[in-house]
Amino acid sequence: MEIPYSIEEREDTGLINSKLGIWIFLASEVMLFGGLFSAYIFLRIAAPPGDFEYWASKLSVPMATVNTMVLISSSVSMVMAWASLKLKDFSKYKMYMGITLLCSALFMVIKYFEYTSKFSHDIFPSTSNFMAIYFTLTGLHGLHILGGVIVMLYFYLPISHKLWEEQPEHFTNRIEALGLYWHFVDLVWIFLFPVLYLL
Amino acid sequence: MSSSSNNHDHHEENFIQKYIFSVDHKVIGIQYGITSLLFLLFGFSLMAIMRWQLAYPGTEIPIVGFIFGESGVLASEQYNSLGAMHGTIMIFLGIVPLAVGAFGNYLVPLQIGAIDMAFPKLNAASYWTYFVGGVIMISSFFMPEGAARSGWTSYPPLSVFENGQTIWLISMIFLITSSLLGSMNIIVTIVQLRAPGLTWMRLPIFTWAQFVTSFLLVLAFPPLEAAAVMQLMDRVAGTSFFLPSGLVMSGEIVDVAGSGSPLLWQHLFWFLAHPEVYVLILPALGIVGEILANNTRKPIWGFKSIIYSMVFLGFISFIVWAHHMFLTGMGQAMSAFFQTTTMIISIPSVVILTSYFLSLWGGSIRFNTPMLFALAFLPMFGIGGLTGLPLGLAASDIYLHDTYYVIGHFHYVVAPGTIFALFAGIYYWFPKMTGKKMSEMLGKLHFWPSLIFMNGIFMPMFIQGLAGVSRRLADGGQSYAHASGVLEWNEFMSISAFCLGLAQIPFIVNIIMSLYSGQKASRNPWDSTTVEWAAPSPPVGHGNFDGPINVYHTAYEYSVPDDKKDFKPQFEN
Amino acid sequence: MSNDHSKESIQEHIRVYLMVFGALAVLTVITVLASFIEVSTSEGIFLALIIASVKASLVAGYFMHLITEKGMIISILLLTVFFFFIMIFLPLISYTDSAGTHVPWVDGQ
Repeated sequence: MEIPYSIEEREDTGLINSKLGIWIFLASEVMLFGGLFSAYIFLRIAAPPGDFEYWASKLSVPMATVNTMVLISSSVSMVMAWASLKLKDFSKYKMYMGITLLCSALFMVIKYFEYTSKFSHDIFPSTSNFMAIYFTLTGLHGLHILGGVIVMLYFYLPISHKLWEEQPEHFTNRIEALGLYWHFVDLVWIFLFPVLYLL
Repeated sequence: MSSSSNNHDHHEENFIQKYIFSVDHKVIGIQYGITSLLFLLFGFSLMAIMRWQLAYPGTEIPIVGFIFGESGVLASEQYNSLGAMHGTIMIFLGIVPLAVGAFGNYLVPLQIGAIDMAFPKLNAASYWTYFVGGVIMISSFFMPEGAARSGWTSYPPLSVFENGQTIWLISMIFLITSSLLGSMNIIVTIVQLRAPGLTWMRLPIFTWAQFVTSFLLVLAFPPLEAAAVMQLMDRVAGTSFFLPSGLVMSGEIVDVAGSGSPLLWQHLFWFLAHPEVYVLILPALGIVGEILANNTRKPIWGFKSIIYSMVFLGFISFIVWAHHMFLTGMGQAMSAFFQTTTMIISIPSVVILTSYFLSLWGGSIRFNTPMLFALAFLPMFGIGGLTGLPLGLAASDIYLHDTYYVIGHFHYVVAPGTIFALFAGIYYWFPKMTGKKMSEMLGKLHFWPSLIFMNGIFMPMFIQGLAGVSRRLADGGQSYAHASGVLEWNEFMSISAFCLGLAQIPFIVNIIMSLYSGQKASRNPWDSTTVEWAAPSPPVGHGNFDGPINVYHTAYEYSVPDDKKDFKPQFEN
Repeated sequence: MSNDHSKESIQEHIRVYLMVFGALAVLTVITVLASFIEVSTSEGIFLALIIASVKASLVAGYFMHLITEKGMIISILLLTVFFFFIMIFLPLISYTDSAGTHVPWVDGQ
């Protein structure tokens, strides 16, 4: 049993199922992070003056800047991986997907050092409201990275070649959906970076 | 992202693959249906225990009293637990899964002539996430801390310090995820898998209702997920998102970082929970629309205005939430704003209800069981909606807030409203799901007592509420002088509630009996026009229909002049 | 864009992706540098959010192909963005509206 419009586009909407599905999922993600951003604004207004700025200054801007670049690079290599599939070049796809995986691993490693350096200075989520929202937002974002990495690994491991051989179109569509998710995770970080580290 | 390779199609499925871990939308729909009906029964039993306590405070609970300790008397904390769990279970584990999970899953693909949902595996994942969430929620009764006690609204700061809340929050995160997966799937299915010729304005009301409902779930649920994560952080990691500075408990200042905002929770919670009200009511309106058109044998009155009203209702339900918060110190300007939007949202509801009433005009009505439930829905939902107006007005809400009046109001919408519509839907589509008709006699034996006792429970609540009895008292208001005049109603309501429970026995018997020895149902036993009746009863395994489906007409072409039959199915040219 | 599968158009896309990458890198550096400029807090927030929005639009527009996306998806996203702002601003307005009156638990008294 094959669900219609999994691979070819439906005429009147011009869409395939997975693309519409992932966009609706991302819409719900916008609202999820929106709830947390709304909390950030609420708490910042309610906090004693200067409190958020004080705690924000404890964060490491260089580490976060590097992380921003790492994540943007991973986004670019992800879109290049998809374009390679469009060009029917599987070995190039493997290379770009490998770079994406490396970048996301690097992001997590830097995040790990950031977290542990906070803990070693006795800074925990319970320390202040800024730290609470910082750990919650970056933690949730990190979970999203982790989820993306698991899916990417699935499409990177040797099994991916079999999937590609069997249904190249379907495989390309799945990578496009994965890419959309990944760019969204990048997009969230683009806002998290100035909001948490620089303001 | 489903990948069903061809060699999977033809091998024999064993019992577990076919009925437990199935990816067929019909099996998943029935799984959702059975699970949520069991949860409804469980939630009802919690309420029955509470009602005993309210009618006869401080006496031993009969039959199940031993659960509550040596004396068999319900302690106040236990009463609070039951109240919180009754609300949570009824809404998140009972009605939403039944209305969206069961009816949506089973019927939407059939009504649009599709072979399955767009993402069958995601669909199964949605059910199992719901199941795990439900198990976690129930398991909280057996935890050393006990079940959550802070109401289904879980307002901080109380909820952050009360026992049992952690499990509640974890379970909620599962349930929210499940709803998200399910509703994404429904939207994609409706947009992408409509049969050829099934344009938007030819979609049946029920499918439209599911479409709008799914959008509400996709966009309103995530903020509550965010809020649940934050409250979980408050409880587990010691943060103070929702805890203000200088919080005093038992005479001592609580040691937290502080400067959090309890109001933030209320905003995020009601940002979900008000659209949630429309999640509860829209599928019900959809089901009732189908049954009314079918049993009056005429096109539904004002089809387009009903659809536009539903879409508008969904849209504006996002901007009314703070009418639950008039008493939180919100300023007059914002109170006026939310009061205005609340009054505006009553307009589309009235348009829909009026269209339904007008649909009855001049019809030759068939009074079968589904129709009786659908007809009863109209005035019951009407009472529920109209009693909501005083609560939406800031001035009168100050008096009525948190009284039994509120309980009466939303139960009229949800219990004799939505649940009646869901019963109607079960009676109406049972022949399609099983190939057997349900017994009309038992159905009427189910309907009439249910109607009487529903009103017996909820009507007196308005009286008590107007007298000022608070909704959260474990003794039903005995300790308050102002309540003494209306306390005698408590016993009346409780007896009605127990009788309502007894009135469900014919329903359960009916389902089981009809399943084994019911009259065989044809493909289209109700002479209906929508596409689901083109499928065999029950629809064939994978694929639903035994031929390609084309749609030629709008949804409700009944009694077309000069036609041989009094109905013109969408799927027949 | 998704309808156009020719080799040339994909290679043209790749060129665009690399240019967007460059722009994102430059904007990231600008964000960090801008945070050292002495401006008032509200101006700083405004500036940072403007830059972040430009970056986000680049990612959404080019990497996620939103500029050539179908109407159905655009309208769903517009709806989402509308509710997003509703969710951010209505609670905020409610809060500032009541702050002048009497809300001891928010003032932390």
